Amino acid sequence: MHKILETRILAADIHLFKIQAPQIARKAQAGQFVILRVHDQGERIPLTLADWNTSEGSISIVFMAIGATTCQLARLGPGDSITDLVGPLGHPTEIQKFGTVACVAGGFAIAVIRPVIQALKQAGNRIITLVGVRSGDLMFWEEELRRDSDELVITTDDGSYGRKGLVTQPLKELLEKGGTINRVIAIGPTVMMKYTALTTLPYGVKTIVSLNPIMVDGTGMCGCCRVTVGQETKFACLEGPEFDGHLVDWEEFISRQSTYLDQERHVYQCTIGQAKEKSDQVG
Amino acid sequence: MEIPRQPAKQRRNNFGEVALGYDLAMARLEACRCLQCKKLPCVKGCPVGIDIPGFIKAIADEDMPSAVRILKQANVLPGICGRVCPQETQCEQLCVLNKNGNAIAIGRLERFTADWESRHRQSVPRLQTAGHTGKTVAVIGAGPAGLTAAADLARMGHVVTIFESLHTSGGVLKYGIPDFRLPSEIVQEEVDSIQKMGVGIQFNTPIGKTETVDELLEQFDAVFLGTGAGLPIFMNIPGENLSGVYSANEFLTRVNLMHAYQFPDYHTPVQKGKNVAVIGGGNVAMDAARSALRLGAERVIVIYRRSRNEMPARHEEIENAVEEGIEFMFLANPVEFKGDEKRKLKSVECIRMELGEADSSGRRRPVPIPGSQFEVQADIAIVALGTNPNPLISRTTPGLETNKWGTLICDESTGRTTKPRVWAGGDVVTGSATVISAMGAARRAAADINAYLISGGRDWANPSEN
Repeated sequence: MHKILETRILAADIHLFKIQAPQIARKAQAGQFVILRVHDQGERIPLTLADWNTSEGSISIVFMAIGATTCQLARLGPGDSITDLVGPLGHPTEIQKFGTVACVAGGFAIAVIRPVIQALKQAGNRIITLVGVRSGDLMFWEEELRRDSDELVITTDDGSYGRKGLVTQPLKELLEKGGTINRVIAIGPTVMMKYTALTTLPYGVKTIVSLNPIMVDGTGMCGCCRVTVGQETKFACLEGPEFDGHLVDWEEFISRQSTYLDQERHVYQCTIGQAKEKSDQVG
Repeated sequence: MEIPRQPAKQRRNNFGEVALGYDLAMARLEACRCLQCKKLPCVKGCPVGIDIPGFIKAIADEDMPSAVRILKQANVLPGICGRVCPQETQCEQLCVLNKNGNAIAIGRLERFTADWESRHRQSVPRLQTAGHTGKTVAVIGAGPAGLTAAADLARMGHVVTIFESLHTSGGVLKYGIPDFRLPSEIVQEEVDSIQKMGVGIQFNTPIGKTETVDELLEQFDAVFLGTGAGLPIFMNIPGENLSGVYSANEFLTRVNLMHAYQFPDYHTPVQKGKNVAVIGGGNVAMDAARSALRLGAERVIVIYRRSRNEMPARHEEIENAVEEGIEFMFLANPVEFKGDEKRKLKSVECIRMELGEADSSGRRRPVPIPGSQFEVQADIAIVALGTNPNPLISRTTPGLETNKWGTLICDESTGRTTKPRVWAGGDVVTGSATVISAMGAARRAAADINAYLISGGRDWANPSEN
């Protein structure tokens, strides 16, 4: 059992949980993930690490309460425990002095790109951070990102904050200037990562994406997370989760990710929907 | 004597155990047939060396506590082995009564004895452990090899901690073998009895990630690797990553370990499938096919590239599958998985095969017949073509050598690896094999670890690659 030490709401439905996990904190590196299971009947789901503290023996995860497991998780609070937590899994982000790195984050991945930004900055890179969110109220950690980065650009789909439009637009503008971007790292919704990779492809800038496939064990046993990268099959849990975005077969990846959408909706309705209805009735 | 079984029509709709087990009268009758041979041919066929005539005589004498004691002396997992060991190619094959095809049902008697103990736990004294040696051993993996090594070492008086990457113990016994062949409660009971011997289990701890073998060597006197062969093999043919194509490991893990058959009470889903194609001819293929049927598939077809005679699955399991309505397509092999516009599996394109010359395994090699392609409709395909060892440990442990298949180089008689104070046994050394062969290797390694520890550690002779 792993005790939840602290919970915070970063934006609507976006939660940060700090969890006691000294063994994981000791080994954690930017870009790695954990697998967790909320309770005995729960699913095992992967979540990328947002932060860790070796002296405190804690890790932090950030998630959006949209599915059955994340909604159950969101109901827990400080002092509660989650049944299983495994990690750190996957390869860490490749950290080197590349020159100028554009770090592209979408949605709540703002939280998980931060350790990557910090590690790259420490390695002597110039960091341009590009964040895309649906609307201004979903933005968080703006001050922190500004502090960690050399430049920060925020876009919103609805124009309610920062620039209106998609995050790929300022990225394209940067690339148009020519020769200034040595590497791009994108973390966020699959569609955003796909279009980031498509945007950078004509400019030949290496673009790393952090894939979030469905996983069961997360240690190479099931092969559920396999993805085609440059004609080869890779297990994202063992060889990833970060891959060259120009080589990923995106259509296949998106299809595999949607395998259980109907069942997920069903569990959500059974577990969360009913509870919501009840509380609505009471309220 | 035949074992009572759930009727095929009934059992194909549930995950309850197929074989129901003997009662005492049946077990006695079977035990009384044993000739109590002086030469012990059956024992020579047992990888863990159970005193088979001994426990059978105790059953015949209706002295069940003695039967349990004799059995557990050599095998700490009898309820498991009695159900999943291939006795027909081991102890029972060597039984003198097998000459006229009437071997003693040793496996069924083993199972009966284990089940009797689980119902009469109070009447059997716990296994004795030796006085504490003060030595510590880390065992990696709570599967058949790890559990056996841990139990033996604990009995020898060492302090044993098992490190398991999953959230529960049993390894392939829990994630791989379905409840209808081996109920998970049986596995849990046998694990519990090992924990009662003082063995500690640390779950959710993948070695190579959370901790390394080198870190364990700083804290423990010896390390035993029983990590199995958990990495599924794929065919590397077009369309293999379409949605709807599973490894048998994934399909069975969802169904067994994560209880997808109890969805939505348990939250892990699995696609049920209307037309299911299972690729392979081993026990895992049978388990996957029969699980898919129980989940409600309309048609389950096993595609195997050789013929029925070459199938590595146990005869009994093939028969069970046939009875339940599983179809078989022999001498066929997939060449492509085909999807619809949404990249979901739609069909499996296969090619007909014929048997050529015998290969290194002694089985005739299947050869494709040019131009014989045909399609099998399938919305789910399950690839059950074996597994390789997981690279997490070998990649992170300097000095631990593997051969080209990724299995550990290891001395067969002692289990010693190329790295001092590290032993290994089971599928991580042999590639995917049987539960009992893993247990046999673990016993040999445990004996050598014990000898090494009580002698205060002698020189480490590296095993050579063979």
